[in-house]
Amino acid sequence: MNYTLDFTPVIDGMPNLLAACLGTFVLAISGMMLATIIGIGGVVLRTSKIAPLRWLVIGFVEIIRNTPFLVQIFFIYFALPLAGLRLDPTPTAIIALGINGGAYAIEILRGGVQSISRGQVEAGLALGLHKAQVFRFIVLKPALRAVFPSLTSQFVLLTLTTSIASAISAYELTSVSQRIESDSFRSFEVYFTVTAFYLVISWLMMRLFAFFSARYFAYPVK
Amino acid sequence: MGPDEFLFLLIGLKWTVALSAIGFVCGSAAGLGIALARTSGIAFVERLTAGYIAIFQGTPLLMQLFVVYYGLALIGIKIDAWAAVSVGLTLHASAYLGEIWRGAIEAVPRGQTEASKALALGYISRMKDVILPQALRISLPATIGFLVQLIKGTSLASIVGFTELTRAGNMISNQIFEPLTVFGIVGILYFIMCCPLTIYGAHLERKFAASTR
Repeated sequence: MNYTLDFTPVIDGMPNLLAACLGTFVLAISGMMLATIIGIGGVVLRTSKIAPLRWLVIGFVEIIRNTPFLVQIFFIYFALPLAGLRLDPTPTAIIALGINGGAYAIEILRGGVQSISRGQVEAGLALGLHKAQVFRFIVLKPALRAVFPSLTSQFVLLTLTTSIASAISAYELTSVSQRIESDSFRSFEVYFTVTAFYLVISWLMMRLFAFFSARYFAYPVK
Repeated sequence: MGPDEFLFLLIGLKWTVALSAIGFVCGSAAGLGIALARTSGIAFVERLTAGYIAIFQGTPLLMQLFVVYYGLALIGIKIDAWAAVSVGLTLHASAYLGEIWRGAIEAVPRGQTEASKALALGYISRMKDVILPQALRISLPATIGFLVQLIKGTSLASIVGFTELTRAGNMISNQIFEPLTVFGIVGILYFIMCCPLTIYGAHLERKFAASTR
């Protein structure tokens, strides 16, 4: 009971912790980009006319959404070398985050794409736009705008999920804090501080998305 | 992988189910309190619970488990890993469920509150008999969605050092060097738990969407 809090190891490790915050940002942003690519690609396949492609995407989404990220990252960590890809833990974590986030992005984006009325697409085609142009300007952008709030909260969740990448010792905040903790045994002090860091990181992420939304989706609806 | 290893995984599965159940039941009780405090109309209490929710939604579950695990030891409470994890999951669930149910309580039309006040119902009766039953119905899909998230979240107990399904899988995988088989099976076991809930949640959502159209 006579425990006195001692934040010296935390203060000594501050440069390392701040650098690790950057690592978390890199992991989160790269994961989000991959997730967005997978999400858009997945939605295209999910709405395709070829049934087996649709089933494939549905199966992928349900498998990812109904298993823990920790199990997914372990699986990918061991599966990639067997597939001939020898990667460091950090790129492996980015791939795992991208796949996980991508599955959720597909579900969210699908809702957005469904909200675009068929007439819009037909009007675009009638105006002589390419299929690709129709998809990009008439389907994708308004769909992204419609689901942007859900996408934001999903991607903030993805940012928090990066902490699980410490399980394969990727370079990010949690793994660095675990190293400081095991050197100093000041577990509570270290994890308390790092928790506060995560609060700031997720707040910054939300600001970033709000900025992005104001920059790209601020056009009037009708 | 032999039957012995599979049996070991099933023992881990039992603990995953237990952790999920404890986290969900205790988290529901605490979450109801949070939701009621969040909608109490008392500005100070509302701000306090809003802060509580923001902290838990803005930090990783893994960190919450670490802080609770070492924090409890710090204030002199010596409990087992499973109990510490249960406390952590309960706090986590209380914040998320509190926020889900706050939304549901606020989604119940204002006239319901006014009508029950006009009928001279007290706060307890108004909540218990009028508002909460309707809010529960509205919140059910999101609540089930969170339950799935919680079941998956129990896997993080393995990092704290508690032997549930994922850690059991880790141990077996280190023993027999077949990580893909082991984690494949572990994944399937989680899938079997979560998928029916996901399907049921989606079914309810469609049903409610159809009835309010």
